[in-house]
Amino acid sequence: MAGLEDLYREIILDHYRAPRNRGELPVPPAHRVEGFNPLCGDEVILYLEVDDGVVTDVRTAGQGCSISQASTSMMSAAIKAKTVEEARGVIRAFTALMSIHESHLAESGLAESGLEGSGEGSVTDGSEGSSELEGARLGDLEALQGVVKFPVRIKCALLAWTTLQQGLDEAT
Amino acid sequence: MKDLDVARIQADFPILKRQVHGKRLVYLDSASSAQKPIQVLDAMDRSYRESYANVHRGVYTIAEEMTAAYEGARAKVAALLGAASPNEIVFTKNVTEAINLVANTWARVNVREGDAIVITEMEHHANVVPWQMLAAERGVELRWIPLTDDYLLDLTDLDRLLDGAKLLSVTAASNVLGTINDISHLSAAAHAAGALVLVDAAQAVPHLPVDVAAWDADFVGFTGHKMLGPSGIGGLWARPELLEAMPPFLGGGEMIRDVTKDGFTTNDVPWKFEAGTMPIVEAIGLGAAVDYLTGLGLDAVREHEKTLTTYMVDQLTNRFGAGLTIYGPRDVEQRGGAVSFLFDNIHAHDVSQVVDESGVCVRAGHHCAKPLMRVLGVPATTRASLYVYNDEADVDALVEALATAERFFAI
Repeated sequence: MAGLEDLYREIILDHYRAPRNRGELPVPPAHRVEGFNPLCGDEVILYLEVDDGVVTDVRTAGQGCSISQASTSMMSAAIKAKTVEEARGVIRAFTALMSIHESHLAESGLAESGLEGSGEGSVTDGSEGSSELEGARLGDLEALQGVVKFPVRIKCALLAWTTLQQGLDEAT
Repeated sequence: MKDLDVARIQADFPILKRQVHGKRLVYLDSASSAQKPIQVLDAMDRSYRESYANVHRGVYTIAEEMTAAYEGARAKVAALLGAASPNEIVFTKNVTEAINLVANTWARVNVREGDAIVITEMEHHANVVPWQMLAAERGVELRWIPLTDDYLLDLTDLDRLLDGAKLLSVTAASNVLGTINDISHLSAAAHAAGALVLVDAAQAVPHLPVDVAAWDADFVGFTGHKMLGPSGIGGLWARPELLEAMPPFLGGGEMIRDVTKDGFTTNDVPWKFEAGTMPIVEAIGLGAAVDYLTGLGLDAVREHEKTLTTYMVDQLTNRFGAGLTIYGPRDVEQRGGAVSFLFDNIHAHDVSQVVDESGVCVRAGHHCAKPLMRVLGVPATTRASLYVYNDEADVDALVEALATAERFFAI
């Protein structure tokens, strides 16, 4: 059985208590995008500065549970100074990490339908090699893997990423 | 009035024997949906096993048994609500459907562009969105009765808000704040202004004696699943002359008297509003739930919840002090057993997740009352809500589980 320590890893609580890249950026040149989870009221606001195909700066605002806010903080650290293509790669990897559970649940007939289409790259082959590859690229974000054992919280973890996806689409 | 024998009541609820995460199930989410006693489960099971058939159609024995049981459930609900006749009760899916029924029938005939409908800041979305839909379609003005700092309705400007209004639609008891509203007082004011009164009684009928005549309301919506009955069945009480005059809601079988190629005529009230095969067995289950509640006595239920609510509020306040804010009236005479709260520095969802590890079920979120959440200035609250099967041990388990959450998220 999944324990609370699987969900609330120390590094997640650290990002929740001391979120990275909090604040705002002047718009323009930055692009502002909002993500909202209508089920729980969690809110993520991103300020993205994209210059010549590179995410030169990112700031985050909004409010929500520890998972959504920690995921936002870790995401901001992971994509800062990355190229837009690299950032999209991280989105794909993280979304795949969150959807491993989906395919397992689907097999047991318990898939949460609300998660369908929550972002691109939601298909994973789930093989060991692939997981390791994604893991290497995700670093600290791997700590959020425990979230998949708590299906209703996956949306919390994904909110920042679907918002980033939208922001990159709009800003580029 | 006899006190509730809670230990005996608990024995009637099979789910309370269940364990979650190796812990006794502590169910504190009855404001969302109540658990079901064996009497309700048996009544439904018996219906399917022994007499199941459609109602109002067959002339054979089991069809007549089911029709009698279905209409018997209507009579039980009518008696519970103080209705003059069972025919004043229309079965619907829930309160949401009851309110949509009124919005799509009575309101379509009687509410025109430039008219106003008055609701309150503490309404559930079920009593907000149908009126917003009507307002957008018809150019109707939607007015909101605000809250006081004590989480009661602020009636200072009531007469002005009711001026020119066709309807006051108000909850009898808030699903978030617990606030119990003085419906008789509101009805008198609304009627004096020429407006009708719709009461969302979802959180009242399960928990306290309700008398639609004493309320002097015009429409009252209720739902079965919050009052120990199954989901999928609820209803609308309305004054008979209103039901007679209202056009039908859904068209189909059962709601007609005659159908020709040229048109149709409607069935008598209340069947005029019950198109298609209704949730028959659910209605019978609701009837059994009414029997169960009547057996306990709604006065006794209310007293039990007042005592336990006082205990819960005191325990939360004593244990967590200023670190925990309760959103709702302090005076137990003005509130029911739905208690919403927030820790200063722990999100409602995290609280709910951590207490689940202790087998404690509480709701976290906006409770389908987002306008109220905005008024309160919070994105979500945690809500613990009490019912007939809860006792002090449940409250103690909640408090201990919350203390664990507080330690877990301590900086």
